Amino acid sequence: MRVALFITCVNDTLFPGTGKAVVSLLRRLGCEVDFPTAQTCCGQMHVNTGYRQEGVRLARRFTEVFAGYDAVVAPSGSCAAMVREQYPKLVRPGSRGAAAIAEVTPKVYELSEFLLDVLKVDDVGAYFPHRVTYHPTCHSLRGLHLGDRPTRLLQNVRGLELVPLPAADECCGFGGTFSVKNPAVSAAMGADKARSVLDTGAEVLCAADNSCLMHIGGTLSRQRTGVRIMHLAEILASTEASSQGGDAQ
Amino acid sequence: MSATFIGMPGNFPQNAAKAVQNSQLRYNLRKATHTIRGKRANVVNELPDWQELRAAGKAIKDDTLRHLDRYLVQMEEAVTRAGGHVHWARDADEANRIVTRLVQATGESEVVKVKSMATQEIGLNEALAAQGITAYETDLAELIVQLGDDFPSHILVPAIHRNRAEIREIFLDKMRPVPADLTDEPRALAEAARLHLRERFLKSKVAVSGANFMIAETGTLVVLESEGNGRMCLTLPETLISVVGIEKLLPSWRDLEVFMQLLPRSSTGERMNPYTSMWTGSTEGQDFHLVLLDNGRTNVLADEVGRQALRCIRCSACLNVCPVYERAGGHAYGSVYPGPIGAILTPQLRGMSSELDASLPYASSLCGACYEVCPVAIDIPEVLVDLRAKVHHAPAERAGMRVAGWILNDEVRLSKAQRLASRFRKVVPKRLPGPLSAWTDTRDLPEIPEESFRDWWERNERA
Amino acid sequence: MSARDEILARVRRAVEGAPEVAIPRGYRTTVRVADLVGLFAERVDDYRAVVHVLPSAEVPGKIAELVAGRRMVVPDGLPPEWQVPGGVAGGTVAELDGADGVVTGCAVAIAETGTIVLDAGPGQGRRAQTLVPDYHLCVVRADQIVAGVPEAVARLDPVRPLTWISGPSATSDIELNRVEGVHGPRTLEVIIST
Repeated sequence: MRVALFITCVNDTLFPGTGKAVVSLLRRLGCEVDFPTAQTCCGQMHVNTGYRQEGVRLARRFTEVFAGYDAVVAPSGSCAAMVREQYPKLVRPGSRGAAAIAEVTPKVYELSEFLLDVLKVDDVGAYFPHRVTYHPTCHSLRGLHLGDRPTRLLQNVRGLELVPLPAADECCGFGGTFSVKNPAVSAAMGADKARSVLDTGAEVLCAADNSCLMHIGGTLSRQRTGVRIMHLAEILASTEASSQGGDAQ
Repeated sequence: MSATFIGMPGNFPQNAAKAVQNSQLRYNLRKATHTIRGKRANVVNELPDWQELRAAGKAIKDDTLRHLDRYLVQMEEAVTRAGGHVHWARDADEANRIVTRLVQATGESEVVKVKSMATQEIGLNEALAAQGITAYETDLAELIVQLGDDFPSHILVPAIHRNRAEIREIFLDKMRPVPADLTDEPRALAEAARLHLRERFLKSKVAVSGANFMIAETGTLVVLESEGNGRMCLTLPETLISVVGIEKLLPSWRDLEVFMQLLPRSSTGERMNPYTSMWTGSTEGQDFHLVLLDNGRTNVLADEVGRQALRCIRCSACLNVCPVYERAGGHAYGSVYPGPIGAILTPQLRGMSSELDASLPYASSLCGACYEVCPVAIDIPEVLVDLRAKVHHAPAERAGMRVAGWILNDEVRLSKAQRLASRFRKVVPKRLPGPLSAWTDTRDLPEIPEESFRDWWERNERA
Repeated sequence: MSARDEILARVRRAVEGAPEVAIPRGYRTTVRVADLVGLFAERVDDYRAVVHVLPSAEVPGKIAELVAGRRMVVPDGLPPEWQVPGGVAGGTVAELDGADGVVTGCAVAIAETGTIVLDAGPGQGRRAQTLVPDYHLCVVRADQIVAGVPEAVARLDPVRPLTWISGPSATSDIELNRVEGVHGPRTLEVIIST
C-alpha cells in the first residue's frame, strides 16, 4: 500500500516529532510511507477565517499533491476533517478542481482511523509507562466522528494508565484564529480545560491535534503545572526500546 | 422598560472580555446551562427515533422555505376563512404601525404580552410606548427583565443571567404589590409573579403574542409555554394580535407530530412543556389578527447557505451547549438572538455594516456542539464560515492573511520561512508584541524546533 | 405594491431554482406500549400531578371525595356520572375566579409524554374554564390514551381550540430549574378510568 503522510503545516513547522512518530509507527506496521514534499497546508485557517479564495487555492494544491496515493494519513483530526468535510463544499460540483476533490478526499484518514479501519490494528505494540488523559478535539469528535478509536489504541499501550478527562467533549477554546480574535473567551475556555486536565492527575495530556494541544499546553505551561502534552502518534510510536532513550521526541 | 439592542456599540470580543470577568454572571450561566444540558440529553436519549425526527424536521422546514409563497397564501386563506384578519409587514416599522393601529382601534391603552422573539426583534414595546400604549410582559423571565430595566440574554430564558437572589431584589425593588416577606425560593418568586399579574390578566382586553408554529393547511397557530401566562393572554382578552415571522409556517397539520416532539425536548428538556395552545382564526368569538413579518427574512432566504438559519424553531439548545455563550453571556451578542443561532441570524437579518454585527460570525470556535444538538440540523459552523467570507476584513489582517497564503502556496517559500523561524528560535520573546500578544497574554508559545519536519525528511530520507 | 405582494415576490425571487425537498418520515408513527395506562400514569406523575387509576364504577365516588368542600366549575356536557353537587357554570371570568376548581373530561391523552389534550368538546368547557380556577380535576378514560404524539395529532381536529396540558403550571425561568405553580392551575389531579 502506497501511503502518503500529510504532515499539516502546524506539525511540519512546530511539531516535527509528531511527523517522525507517524513515520516510525507506520513503518513498524509494514507500510511504505512517502512524504510528497510539495505539500504545504490544507487551507483551513484561510477558509475558516473568511479568506476563501486563498483557501480554495490551497485545497486545489492539496488535491494535486496527493493524487494517486492509496491512502493519505494525517496526524490531525482537524485538518483531516477540513479536507473530508469542508473541501467538497468549497468548490461547486462541475467547476474546476471539483473532480479532483471528489477523487482524493475519501482517501484521507486521520491516524487512528487509518490504523483501525484500514490496517485493522488496535494494538500497535507500543509501550508507554505513564498516566495519560485524552482530550477528544472537536473536529475529531464531531467532525470525523472518531468515537473511541483513539482511546482503544491507547488502552492497548503497555504500561499506560488512561484516566478519563472530565467534560472531555467540551471545546478547549483554540478554534484557530478564534484564539486571537476572541482571546478572552478562548482563554476562559482554556482555563476550564486545563483545570479538567489537572483534576485527572495525569502527567501527560494526549490528543489527535497538536493545534489544540498547543493551546491547552500553552495554558498548562503558563501556570507551571508540569503536565506535558503529547500527540497520539508519539505515544503510539513509543516502544520499550525507544523509552530507554527518552520518549519519541 | 427595556431598551432595544439596535445600535449597541462595541464588538463581541470587547463585550465578551468584560463578561468573562464577571464572576456572578459566569457562575449563573454555568449553573443554568449545565442543568439544562443534562435534562435535554436525558429526554432526547429516551427517544429511539431522535435522528429520524431530526431529519424529518429539517426536511419539513426546507420544504416550507422552498414553497413559502404558496404556504403563506394558503395560511392567509385559512385564517380568513376562520374569521381572522391577516396583515403583512415588510419590516419592523410597518409591523409596529399595524399593531399600534389595531390596539388603538380597540380604545385600550394597555396590552398584555406573551413572550415573543418576533416582537422583541421589532422593538414593539418601545413603539407602543411612543404612542402611549403600555405593554406588560407576562412571562416570568420577561417580567424580570422588564422590571429590572435589563436586556434579555437568552431566547428561552431571557433572565438566565440572573440568579434567585438577584431576582428577589428586583422584585422587592420594582414589583407592586410585592409580599414584604418575599424569600428567594423559586416557588415564592413564582407565587409573587402570580399575584402581581393576576388582576391584569383578568381585566385585559387586548393581548399580543407570537407563535411557535403556523399550520398553512388549517390556519392554526401554536404557542408552547410553561406558566399559563400564554393561555391567559391567548384566551381571556377580546382582541388577540399575533406577530409571526413568515418562516414559522409548517405545511400540514400532521407536521406537528414531529415538532411537538422536537421542540419541548430540545428547549426545556421536558418530554412535553406544561401548556400548548392551538387555535384557528377567531376562536370562541375573539377578534383575531395575524401579522406576517418579513423584516429581513426574505434576504436570508435568498442566500443558498445562510437560508438554513430560517429552519430555526427558537429552542435555544445551541445556546445551552455553546462554550462561548456559556462564558460570554447573551448580552455580548448585542441582539435579541444571542448564542450560536444569533451569530448567524443577526448578521443576516441586520447586515454586517456595524462593528458589532461584523464581529458576530467570529464569535465561535467552530466546535460544532451547536450543530449536533440542533433539532432541525442547522449547520451553524458552515453558515458562520460562509458569513466570515462575506464580512469586511480589516486591512492589516487582510494583508497578513495574503502573505500567509503566499508563503503557504509554495513549499520553497514555506521551507524558507520555517528555517528563518528556527534560526531565531532562541530569541523569540515569551511575550509577543501587537496583535500576537492576544496569544501570549495567557498562553506560553511552543518551542520552535531546530528543524522542520520537511528538513528532517530531506536530511534522512532523501539521502 | 402592497406589502403582501412585495413579500410574496421577494420570496419567489429568493427560492427560484432551489431544489425540491423529499420528507423522510422514518420516525415512529405508532408505538407499541404494553401498559398504556401504567405508562401514562407514570409520566403524569413525573410532572408532580396527582394520579389515580380506578375502575370506572369507582370514579364517581372518587370525584365526590376530591371535590368535597370545593366550589367546582362544571362544563357543559360533562357525563352525568361525573357530575358534582353544587357545580357552577363558570360563564364569566369573575365567576371562574371565584371558583375553587374545575372538573373535566378530555379529548385524547398521550402516554409517552404524560399529556392531556382538551378540545373544548362536551365535558371540557371553554379554554378559560380550565385555566382560571386553581385546581383542575381531569378524568381520562383508558380508551382515550394513545401511545405517542403522532397518534394524538391524528385523532385531533385542528379547527377546534386545543389545549395540551402536561402537569400543573410550571416555570423553569429561575436558574433553569422547574418549579410548579405559576399562572395556570397549580394543582392538576388526574383520574384514569379503566
